[in-house]
Amino acid sequence: MAKVKIPQPLRNLTGGNNEVSLTGSKVGEVLSELEKEYPSIKERLRDDEGKLRRFINIFVNGDDIRHLEGEATPVSDSDEITILPAIAGG
Amino acid sequence: MRFKNLQCRECQRKYPAEAIYVCEYCFGPLEVIYDYENIDISRESISKGPLSLWRYKPLLPVHTDSPVTIGEGLTPLVRAGNLEKELGIKELYIKNDSVNPTFSFKDRVVTVAVSRARELGFDTVACASTGNLACSVAAYGKKAGLKTVVFIPADLEKGKVIGAGIYQPHLVGVKGDYDQVNRLCGELAGTFNWGFVNVNLRPYYAEGSKTLGFEVAEQLGFRAPRQVVVPMASGSLLTKIYKGLKEFEELGIIDEAGTRFFGAQAAGADPIAEAVRKDEDIIRPVKVKTIAKSLAIGNPADGYYAWNVIKKSGGYAASVSDNEIVEGIKLLASTEGIFTETAGGVTVGSLKKLIEAGKIDPDLSVVIYITGNGLKTQEAVEKSVSKIEEIDPSLESFKETCPWAG
Ligand SMILES: Cc1ncc(COP(=O)(O)O)c(C=O)c1O
Ligand SMILES: [Zn+2]
Repeated sequence: MAKVKIPQPLRNLTGGNNEVSLTGSKVGEVLSELEKEYPSIKERLRDDEGKLRRFINIFVNGDDIRHLEGEATPVSDSDEITILPAIAGG
Repeated sequence: MRFKNLQCRECQRKYPAEAIYVCEYCFGPLEVIYDYENIDISRESISKGPLSLWRYKPLLPVHTDSPVTIGEGLTPLVRAGNLEKELGIKELYIKNDSVNPTFSFKDRVVTVAVSRARELGFDTVACASTGNLACSVAAYGKKAGLKTVVFIPADLEKGKVIGAGIYQPHLVGVKGDYDQVNRLCGELAGTFNWGFVNVNLRPYYAEGSKTLGFEVAEQLGFRAPRQVVVPMASGSLLTKIYKGLKEFEELGIIDEAGTRFFGAQAAGADPIAEAVRKDEDIIRPVKVKTIAKSLAIGNPADGYYAWNVIKKSGGYAASVSDNEIVEGIKLLASTEGIFTETAGGVTVGSLKKLIEAGKIDPDLSVVIYITGNGLKTQEAVEKSVSKIEEIDPSLESFKETCPWAG
């Protein structure tokens, strides 16, 4: 089961949980599980066409999935998926 | 009240003006909205105001009458006659923001963010930084008497490490690049009840950059420049200079000028410039590699908005190599006597390229924003300074060693 870290703005949808363990062998599958478990999360993460929203960043063990294989990025049990809003420069 | 809400830039939902930064609904960034009807500001009131950026206070998101200030802003706008000749353009000005209290434009955003942090009751201020912000938050945090924590990539330039560390903040070096520091701070902001100036205080922080629009307009005699060149990392600065000029136009303080916005990036960290050149509105994150560490952001949060301003204003964007950055620093120093850091090298290098490519109109006014100080990135130009001509303390030795004396 991959671990998914839930960002603060979504924690009220996960009953306050900041971490959820879910099954799936690819990032997209894990996200689908998350969306199944907490149905109201889906429209937060995805636009009308089902694409991840512009301001959402997803990392696998700290690497942005856009540098990997996107939602097809493979994940195993020991991996950690982090969902974070885009943040500013500095 | 001049302001009491934040609003999502994407879906327009409103939120109270607290330490929050993303829309819970769509993850879009939140921005301060003002009640412009209740804002009392004019050329006269500005001219009579304090000699710092707090003369624009009616348009800044802070209520207190005693902001945390070290005299930031009102930096020189200088006519660049030598560079005009060198580059073949008619009217060029340099906004020299490298002479702020901690030697970069970041003091503008930090004076606002730390003032707001104190107003919201935080006892700790923090930031994720590519260097300049660290220096600024360290200084203003101490000035405000708050606990101060700054996070930087562990391999930062010495000038930035010392420039931040001297204020005695907690200085945390993260083994990784800025995007990783940023990601970590995003997590920390959800864990600790700290005022992260560029995370949970970002809506207030970002507004400080508007003053670079206000000030240039005021210094030009209350008129907007026709073209500006702005360095971009996250894209926030460019976006907010645009907002500043727009606010002045809408409040009748200046006439509409149709200012064209040109973005400057380092070639190894140029996702916004790339999107402008390709004319596509998707900003693809990149792994960064450039000597311009202050601009080394591969995943720019305001990239899309900066792209949009550039596009709709009829501007363009350039990226410059490490070599061109160093040449840009040398050119500005040797023509105008202003020693800038690598970010300024990016701006000058981009100005040159944009003129050569015919993107910048040589007959219309141009303002370039020089946002950081050369003493902070000495490594970049160590090999590019005049060689010392060593002599004995005698006339003969001088004449012998220095034939150029004539
Ligand atoms: C000297 C300097 N100029 C410009 C910028 C770009 O700012 P922004 O992230 O708002 O695009 C930075 C950001 O760190 C900087 O340090
Ligand atoms: Zn929204």
